[in-house]
Amino acid sequence: MEGQELPYVLIDYIGGKHGVYEDHIEFLEKYFHLITMKEYLENKKLLGKKIRAVYMWYQKPVISEELLQNLPNLKIVASSGVGIDHLDLNLLSSYGVKLSNTPFAVSTDTADFGMALMLASSRRLVEGHQMAISPDTEYFPADWLGAEVSGATLGIVGMGTIGYKVAQRAKAFEMKILYHNRNQRTKEEESAVGAIYCKKIDDLLQQSDFVLLSVKLTPQTHRLIGKRELELMKPTATLINISRGLVVDQDALVEALQNKTVKAAALDVTYPEPLPRDHPLLKMKNVIITPHIGSATKKTRRLMMENMMESIQAGLSGLPIPNEVLL
Amino acid sequence: MFRSKTFSLLKPISLMSGQPRLAYKCIHPAIASHGHRCHRRSVDARERYKSCPGSAGGRTISAPQTKIMAEEELPGVLILDIGGTHGVLENLAVLLKKHFCLITMKEFLENKKEMSKKIQSVFVFECRPTIDQELLESLPNLKVIGNSGVGVDHLDLKMIANFGIKVTNTPHAVADSTADMGMALMLASARRLVEGCQIALSPDTKYFAVDWLGVEVTRATLGIIGMGNIGYKVAQRARAFNMRILYHNRNQRKEEEEAVGAHYCEKMEDLLQQSDFVMLVVNLTPETHKLIGKKELGLMKPTATLINISRGAVIDQDALVEALQNKIVRAAALDVTYPEPLPRDHPLLKLNNIIITPHIGTATVQALRMMAEEAIANMLAVLNGQPIPSEVFPK
Repeated sequence: MEGQELPYVLIDYIGGKHGVYEDHIEFLEKYFHLITMKEYLENKKLLGKKIRAVYMWYQKPVISEELLQNLPNLKIVASSGVGIDHLDLNLLSSYGVKLSNTPFAVSTDTADFGMALMLASSRRLVEGHQMAISPDTEYFPADWLGAEVSGATLGIVGMGTIGYKVAQRAKAFEMKILYHNRNQRTKEEESAVGAIYCKKIDDLLQQSDFVLLSVKLTPQTHRLIGKRELELMKPTATLINISRGLVVDQDALVEALQNKTVKAAALDVTYPEPLPRDHPLLKMKNVIITPHIGSATKKTRRLMMENMMESIQAGLSGLPIPNEVLL
Repeated sequence: MFRSKTFSLLKPISLMSGQPRLAYKCIHPAIASHGHRCHRRSVDARERYKSCPGSAGGRTISAPQTKIMAEEELPGVLILDIGGTHGVLENLAVLLKKHFCLITMKEFLENKKEMSKKIQSVFVFECRPTIDQELLESLPNLKVIGNSGVGVDHLDLKMIANFGIKVTNTPHAVADSTADMGMALMLASARRLVEGCQIALSPDTKYFAVDWLGVEVTRATLGIIGMGNIGYKVAQRARAFNMRILYHNRNQRKEEEEAVGAHYCEKMEDLLQQSDFVMLVVNLTPETHKLIGKKELGLMKPTATLINISRGAVIDQDALVEALQNKIVRAAALDVTYPEPLPRDHPLLKLNNIIITPHIGTATVQALRMMAEEAIANMLAVLNGQPIPSEVFPK
């Protein structure tokens, strides 16, 4: 009985490798009548008119023009995570559909993960672990060294919520912090983390021991880091990417790593994900790749889910939408 | 930077040039005709030793003034070897040579009579050379053992003290890099970084599952067992992650508590029961041997992670294996084990909820350099009769 009064919300599927988490369903079903894509496709005529929101979990279900045409009462798409580069914003806008994301839920974990990658890379943690457990290891050589994080220079490209949280953490390691951003932050924000603005990205690239990318992917940031930028970096520098794979020209990165133009890379994101299994990046000793887990903790995923629920509720009630992405 | 007069027997050497070890020897005993004489050099007052260019910004440890020695020899320092698998790194040997005449174990053993009198100090690097009674008996002029690193559990302090020899360590040089390593291990373990990397690289990986999760570090509770120099720096770093910080220490550190927002747990049990991450930063002594055993692991949360950057023997390793296998604790991240390396069939190596690193807490170019500088400063202080910055006393 209750199910008929709750708003109909479209999801891709439940559980499995890509679905909405099973342990989130109970919570969501308090507020929504969830319709899976399978159920919708089996009964398009009836369900199409009832669906008023899409709960997009990890970019699924995919929103096509056809889908929008068949969901005449769709008011809002709630997208998990902060990135919206997978969405056609013009398309949504043309159908009068609103959009929300979850920028704040992901910010802390992603900043933590940026620090994790920087530390793991500089101290060669993955290589070290492999040596420690390898069946061939007989002793630990004395000349096996990494590089310090403490006191080194970190250049943050993109000082939004995530980038700023990275700066807050890096400060405790007594790092010198440079940042490049579309806009300079306020003096208070800068001095709170000891960050120095680099209007030109070149200045940041030339001085940094670690270059961390925390921009969002837009046409302007597509291939922001290419051959020229990599050559501006110190040969002892490490590139860390926690934004999107396409922010980096991957072929240029492969070349730069092979030629020792830069020392190492640590990438939570690539293009595509996963990389083809024969991709050169997978074979390089000085590269750490992780499977896009910047926000992959139980608490954060739950918080994302709750945020999305709130955005959908507000969108359907005509109230101001938390975390709305203005189209 | 480094200039020295060299014997005509030796070619001029450049720093970190990869020259063979022979280039650094003072003189080959077989060639010496009238005894071993180290070249001397005159130095100006106080020199500051900067870290390598492009490295961690400008942290230095200054060496004490080296007196201009008129026709006197530089004091001899015994080291295991230069280069090779366990020897002093070549660029560190260069630092030692500014103030000492370097004598390797091989040179010493080949000419004990001559060398034994020269040796006033021993530079112990990565626990070598081994200091035993026999060695000490054969070094009548030995005044100081300068250890590279802060841990001295590999030294028999009582025995050494009985010979009237001082022991020094390098607590300041190790602190930042070891604290960094503790944070690296905590973050890597919590976020399953090593496992994730394996998935990202595995030839079998076809997709990235979205329900593959780790645990949060920000706002979690970190329990630091041992709040000395290193433990305090860990607390400073953890604070920036908004962690709730508990600590257990022999003594409470009231003044510093506020600066890092740390809460003192007089009873270690309280810390164990409340922490999401337990980090061991004690030194190894009879009191801390097997400090973490079955009971302590049982007190920890089943969702907790144990991180060890102190010494392997602080943990009862068999109890840890059991605890990890039975999910009494979630995971462990160890930079240190007992022994190092572990036997290749050790159960710890087979677990998937463990990260082990090869004792690399201070394995950075910058840290090793600072450790050598700090050890040199300590050894020279002893030999010059000056206040000793970091002397270690037996209990």
